[in-house]
Amino acid sequence: MRGRNRWYALPYLLWVAIFTVAPMGLLLYYAFTKGGSGFTLVNFQKFLDPTYIKVLGRSLWLALLCTAVCLALGYPISYLLARHKHGNLLSMLFILPMWMNFLLRTYAWMSLLENTGLVNRLLGALGFGQLTLLYNSGAVLLGMVYNFLPFMILPIYNSLQRMDRSLIEAAGDLGANPIGVFRRVTLPLSLPGIMSGITMVFMPAVTTFVISRLLGGSHFMLFGDLIEQQFLQASNWNFGSALSVIMMVLILLGMGLLNRVGSNGNAEGRTIM
Amino acid sequence: MRKFSLGRLLSNTYLGAMLLFFYAPIAVLMAFSFSSEKSRASWGHFTLDWYAQLFRNPEILSALRTTLLVAVISAVLATVIGTLSAIGIYGYRKGTRGLIMNLTYLPIINPDIVTGISLMILFVFMKMNLGFFTMLLSHMAFNIPYVIYSVWPKLSQMDKSIYEAALDLGATPGYALRKVILPQIAPGIVTGFILAITLSIDDFVISFFTSSGVQNLSIYIYSAARRGIDPTLYALMTLMFVVVLGLLSVVNYRTGKAAEKAEQKRR
Repeated sequence: MRGRNRWYALPYLLWVAIFTVAPMGLLLYYAFTKGGSGFTLVNFQKFLDPTYIKVLGRSLWLALLCTAVCLALGYPISYLLARHKHGNLLSMLFILPMWMNFLLRTYAWMSLLENTGLVNRLLGALGFGQLTLLYNSGAVLLGMVYNFLPFMILPIYNSLQRMDRSLIEAAGDLGANPIGVFRRVTLPLSLPGIMSGITMVFMPAVTTFVISRLLGGSHFMLFGDLIEQQFLQASNWNFGSALSVIMMVLILLGMGLLNRVGSNGNAEGRTIM
Repeated sequence: MRKFSLGRLLSNTYLGAMLLFFYAPIAVLMAFSFSSEKSRASWGHFTLDWYAQLFRNPEILSALRTTLLVAVISAVLATVIGTLSAIGIYGYRKGTRGLIMNLTYLPIINPDIVTGISLMILFVFMKMNLGFFTMLLSHMAFNIPYVIYSVWPKLSQMDKSIYEAALDLGATPGYALRKVILPQIAPGIVTGFILAITLSIDDFVISFFTSSGVQNLSIYIYSAARRGIDPTLYALMTLMFVVVLGLLSVVNYRTGKAAEKAEQKRR
């Protein structure tokens, strides 16, 4: 089918030029200028201040933790769902919470975790004292995992679902034990799903500023908070654009790395076949 | 035999625990939508007051309308454009294809906040008034890539020889597209559509930056949150949840029936 349906993509190419390429060009223009000046790097020099570096480090670390937790929780869910008798129905239950507005989902956790919330009352009934569960990085991490876990489950479930079951039987017949079958057949074949899951979780996690504001409190500053501040409060579009460019570059580098891992996995999948 | 059912027990326990994790906060939220007490800390008595207030609040109703309109229009358009684009891009040579797919990836891997800000800069540059239309365009801008990437795996997994065979046997490319390609990638299209609608309804950041004056639910909730917690929003979410649950049940029931029919046919 190579080459036959190319023209279907033509309107989209125009779309990409206007809504993807042009905005990026404008963002770069702001990042590398200041007050209508020519090319300058002052906006990036400003970022080297330890205050800003620390905020970036905190964001990356929390997003990494969130992605790891989502993968650890989500892979077993997808795996079990794919082999479950009622897998289709159950998988819908797992993506249903995504339909709830994420601000309200986050509020729900606030009401559970606050000092007089349900969790603290349960802890109190069990004889524990009142704990401060809100306004720390743990609460922010919980909010991120709660919000983004469905984005890990869905693609992995899809990749496991479309897997050819006879491969598993064949591997078993050829003498592989269950662990071997999982490691040599199931895992490599679900790797594309894992990769898109990681992308879909890490991305919003590293950029969130609402979750950090609600569950982390106003003093809990993440990179997203910093960017929003530059555009809406400080009105420093140039510095804000520079911060956005830094974030983009870091994420593009990360994606390049992930793609590499992904394509290696595909190659391995092919040798199995 | 015993070992097998033990595995099933463990599996169901784990899935049950995760469902509890997902639904406990939602259940709390729904319960408090029926409580006369405004604070979430204690329970008053049963009331439907918040629901009555919900339908009397013109600001909420207009925000709801905006959210639904933007979600449905952007998801439908994105699904059509995204699916056709994915099929088209698939026909390109490897190098060109890689370039287009990388550009398609940009809005996905770009932080929402960067997408929102860069689109805002674009609209200001094009001298467009920020409002409903710019919000809709922005939602399409982030939905189309998700549809393309949902359809893509199904395309690469598709048995190409069936399509070639259809053409060899005299099918026009359009007919082969409808009868061969679309049925094979249908699960990906559905996934993409669901993702698109979900992302659109859920979006706060991009809408926030690309519209002014027009409020969708997220923007309303954000500003309401700054004024203090409002249980009418819990009532609204409870209603939305029930509606969505109903819709998905119907979809699942229908696809289940279709699968059953297909199974019977094969026999």
